[in-house]
Amino acid sequence: MFGRAGRAVAIAGIGQTRYGRREERSELQLAAEAAHAALADAGVDPADVDGLITYTLDPADEIGMTRSLGVRDLAYASRVPGGGAGSLATVYQAAAAVASGACEVVVVWRAINQGAAYRYGQPQAGGTFPVGGGTSSLLWCMPFGAQAPATWAALAIQRYMHAFGVTNRDFGRIAVLHRKHAATNPAAIFYGKPITLEEHQQSRWIVEPVLRLLDCCLENAGAAAAVITTLERACDLRQKPVRIVAGAQSIPPNVEVISNYYHEDLTVMPEAVGTAKRLWKQSGLTPDDMQVALLYDAFTPNVMKQLEAFGFCKHGEARDFVADGQCELSGRIPTNTHGGHSGEGYIHGMNLVTEGVRQVRGSAANQVKRVENVLVSSGMAGAIFSRA
Amino acid sequence: MTEPVRPAPVLTPDTAFFWEACARGELVAQRCGDCGELAHPPRPMCPRCHSLRREIARLSGRGEVYSWIVPRHPAPIGFAEPPVVALIQLDEGIRLVSNLIGVATDQVRNGMRVTVEFAATAGGYAVPVFRRSS
Repeated sequence: MFGRAGRAVAIAGIGQTRYGRREERSELQLAAEAAHAALADAGVDPADVDGLITYTLDPADEIGMTRSLGVRDLAYASRVPGGGAGSLATVYQAAAAVASGACEVVVVWRAINQGAAYRYGQPQAGGTFPVGGGTSSLLWCMPFGAQAPATWAALAIQRYMHAFGVTNRDFGRIAVLHRKHAATNPAAIFYGKPITLEEHQQSRWIVEPVLRLLDCCLENAGAAAAVITTLERACDLRQKPVRIVAGAQSIPPNVEVISNYYHEDLTVMPEAVGTAKRLWKQSGLTPDDMQVALLYDAFTPNVMKQLEAFGFCKHGEARDFVADGQCELSGRIPTNTHGGHSGEGYIHGMNLVTEGVRQVRGSAANQVKRVENVLVSSGMAGAIFSRA
Repeated sequence: MTEPVRPAPVLTPDTAFFWEACARGELVAQRCGDCGELAHPPRPMCPRCHSLRREIARLSGRGEVYSWIVPRHPAPIGFAEPPVVALIQLDEGIRLVSNLIGVATDQVRNGMRVTVEFAATAGGYAVPVFRRSS
């Protein structure tokens, strides 16, 4: 897409803070540190940034970012809906802005500091929800004791388990895989701390019979950012450019981010199917052309549903695909090579972007050999990163 | 010590009719006043014919368990014991998040036939819950 209609686009820089359980500084500071690191990585003067894109849920303000980074003349600012599920839409929209000529240098970021002011895993009984979270119908859940993300997600996942005879032990193999990859990733919160399937099975139920503690993403603090510019400009910058050859958002009818109960067949993930359709069509590539898949995991089952949605295996066969080791570094499609959100850290999808760039550059902690193309998906949005 | 109280539903201009009906002991859904399409969750405009005319349709209160779970940790607010949260596929073709009552966790099955009852909440409202059909 990008390059055929408009200018070719690349990721020129990535940056991140330390990922930890809690930080004593504001999300704005975390965001500014990550953005500054990404710009330094690219070799771009922060004054030259002319676009900023983050999530509707991000607490770091655009004006605060321009003031902190010393941005001279911001031309474009937007926020994407859908929480973490929409995270790759930041990259997609930045790429579209650059391809069209609306921007020259866009920074995308996510800063999160759970525990200081909010914890996503805690129940809430009522109140209102800000629009743009992509979960318009949470009010239909609260009076029934479905009051936290794990509960909302699990209610749909149980139907998938029922349909294909999948058990929580099957999900455990994803958790073990993530922790294995995190164990050899020095930036990961769980660096040096792999788990066994038995340890997964001994962790407490969060939502029975679907999710145990070790199926869940972390509550943590940190920020990650990326710099998107034209391929032409990126070629003159410090790092080897990582081309964005496709980008997409997909929000099919009656789909919600997490209270996703109202579309026809809850054993499929229509938003990921839609994202896949667009990415394969735009790029002309197929699942067999990917060397790495980075798939958003609020909870381990999301990985299986995306493996199926993107066609790495057939509907209902992800359990066996994972059990056969096909997502290992040595498997058919090495998956979440950084350790995912339950291993590296929960930067709400933005750390899928940074890992995707590292895999294409050849600088990942768990580097896959001969990487040409990386699929990065957050479900409701996705992109394909490729060697320039 | 008083028993925990189930949280009240939050009423909005587009959803108040549903909860007000529950308080009267009726299970209802939004129906398009022009083309008759049922819609849940409710919405201001019919997605099929774009009519703004909304009717309230009384439902049978019968359906089946489409999926179910038990939230164990952290404990939900307002419940003495973790409830069985179920997605109910109603015979009219729409789905509702609800609770399954009077069924032991190890007896819950997808496809189990259920019938509506109503449970009181804080603030004097009620919500639909489901029991195994006799």
